[in-house]
Amino acid sequence: MTEPTPTAKLATQGILARARWHPLEFVFWIVAFGSIWFAPNKHLILTEIAWLALFALSLDLILGYAGILSLGHAAFFGVGSYAAALLAKHGIVTEPVLALFCAGLVAAVLGFATSFLMLRGADLTRLMVSLGVALVLRELANQFGWLTGGADGLQGVTMEPILGLFRFDMFGHNGYVYCLVVLFVLFLAARRLMASPFGLSLLAIKGNPLRARAIGIGVDMRLVAIYTIGGFYAGVAGGLLAQTTAFSSLDVFSFDRSADLLLVLIIGGTGYLYGGIIGAVIFKIMQDYLALWSPQYWPFWIGLVLVVMVLVGRDRMTRWSEPLRALVNRLDWRRTPS
Amino acid sequence: MRHFLKFAVGTAIAGLMAGGAYAQDTVKVGLVISMTGSQASTGKQIKAAVDLYMKEHGDTVAGKKVQVILRDTASVPDNAKRIAQELIVNDKVSVVAGFEVTPAALAVAPLSAEAKVVELVMAAGTSIITEKSPYIVRTSFTLPQSSVIVANWAAKNNIKKVVTIVSDYAPGADAEKWFIDTFKKDGGQVVETIKAPLANPDFAPFLQRAADAKPDAIFVFVPSGQGAVFMKQYTERGLDKAGIKVIGPGDVTDDDLLPQMGDAVIGAVTAHMYSADHDSAMNKKYVADFTKAAGFRPNFMSVGGYDGMHLIYEALKKTGGKADGDSLIAAMKGMKWESPRGPISIDPETRDIVQNIYMRKVEKKNGQLYNVEFETFKDVKDPAKIKK
Repeated sequence: MTEPTPTAKLATQGILARARWHPLEFVFWIVAFGSIWFAPNKHLILTEIAWLALFALSLDLILGYAGILSLGHAAFFGVGSYAAALLAKHGIVTEPVLALFCAGLVAAVLGFATSFLMLRGADLTRLMVSLGVALVLRELANQFGWLTGGADGLQGVTMEPILGLFRFDMFGHNGYVYCLVVLFVLFLAARRLMASPFGLSLLAIKGNPLRARAIGIGVDMRLVAIYTIGGFYAGVAGGLLAQTTAFSSLDVFSFDRSADLLLVLIIGGTGYLYGGIIGAVIFKIMQDYLALWSPQYWPFWIGLVLVVMVLVGRDRMTRWSEPLRALVNRLDWRRTPS
Repeated sequence: MRHFLKFAVGTAIAGLMAGGAYAQDTVKVGLVISMTGSQASTGKQIKAAVDLYMKEHGDTVAGKKVQVILRDTASVPDNAKRIAQELIVNDKVSVVAGFEVTPAALAVAPLSAEAKVVELVMAAGTSIITEKSPYIVRTSFTLPQSSVIVANWAAKNNIKKVVTIVSDYAPGADAEKWFIDTFKKDGGQVVETIKAPLANPDFAPFLQRAADAKPDAIFVFVPSGQGAVFMKQYTERGLDKAGIKVIGPGDVTDDDLLPQMGDAVIGAVTAHMYSADHDSAMNKKYVADFTKAAGFRPNFMSVGGYDGMHLIYEALKKTGGKADGDSLIAAMKGMKWESPRGPISIDPETRDIVQNIYMRKVEKKNGQLYNVEFETFKDVKDPAKIKK
């Protein structure tokens, strides 16, 4: 075996550095799991945050890493949601974890099939194609009322206990722990994947597809792969919604849901995986708080806040957290002082 | 795994503590309605009616303070379910009320059954809702109630050929089924049945199909709020000039939107349980007070909210302030009272509403359009439940 060249060494170090856990990340997940105990009466809204975060994470994978703009991500969410609800309703797969996996797979198949459409054309075309796919699916779900319940939603879904042990209780406790664990596991997988050479090659494609192709990266194959994975994630998020509410309605496919998701990701920031989660937390809490405070006019306030956020600029918002980051970096024992 | 165990123990302890410390002097009512989104008009009607009732009757009953917690569903059924769950679990409400669309009411039904909390349906009109939990009670109406009566009336009044247009969801299916069954039994002929999508109300193509079939009348059900669009397109397509009448349950000539519908709507015959024009002292006062407070005319959804509050108040009086689900629902069964819409009661067997259904015709009165009542059918039960 030959000694690696200095450049190769540097590259390896770079990749490894990306994979290393930042101390703030530990804090983040400790707080997240801590919420199980310190906010027991907020579990229902936290459940929504958890699946929304996973959903946003899936969009981050395709938008933040591969640069695919989508306004129809709800298509996968919806398919996953109906798949999970139907599997439970007809007793095909009754164990929720397995059913959730199946729901993700169904959405992944859809992601794979539609990814070839997304390969054609650039941003605007992709936007339209993704939007179109979601609209088509919504209408299909509406037309196949015998299967989906049409505009009435899919009623009469009963959920079996998770792993045969933990019932979805009234208070939403087990449901929340379940969603959080699923989010965490899938986050770990995404983190691992995005820190790998595959993830880096996606970033290269996002930066400049032409150049990426020129240096020998198989662009199309990678886009298909990440779109399929994104579909899987979104499907699982939809499945979580269906399982925790024991219900699915046409609204899962709605344009609003895709648009809201883009907002969530914009609030949190793209391309670092936590963006979706942080965005989901801010978006849901803001929405819930405003809707409680002003049930009639909250959309006005939410719009205003979003405009202000964009005007102030996200860059500036990240800058606010700079001192904290600097402090943590200084305390980080693993870093060699420079 | 350990997380779950620790958590279960923690919750049990927290639950015990919360149970002991919980104060009993307020009765909370969760009002789950759409203040935004496609069903916002209904939500606003119900909210205004609830406010009016509380203004008139105070917020204390049987020594308890009644607190209404308003939550917006944004017209999304999943939200309705989550919000109802939060209200039950966190706010410990005694009653969840509202529910302008059937999917929302149905989605909450399992919660109501599990938590033994009264679910008071103030708007949704699909027959089966009340059968989904023993704690559901309804103060609005069911679609079979009016559909059967309008079918009888049509058959007797020289309407032979009918095209039906209904919104494609549960209440629409109810209205269509009961109208067609009754109308055919009475010797009428239904030449075409059309279902219009619920989400994007554009009736023009359906109206064209209906016109091509040359019926005597169109039987129409659209949810509250969509009537204006329907009537506008009906006039634009010239169906009024072709002599095709509009009949149906009263949702299409919704009192809220009626003033803006234009004269083409004059002559539309509907069967329903409430008209702002209903001739009683109580209703005159109700309409005047409501319009003054809210700035718009009350419609049939508003009385659902108004009577819903009345039902809660009276039930609390009867139980002496006991607000658990079993006592409340027992007190509500068989309750009888005078509403702005006329005399009504809650059927003790089905917990559904029993009320007069009125035949009405749209006419101009003092320069404004009203549904003027011309025939009354007394104490109509939900026909869908009698047959069983």
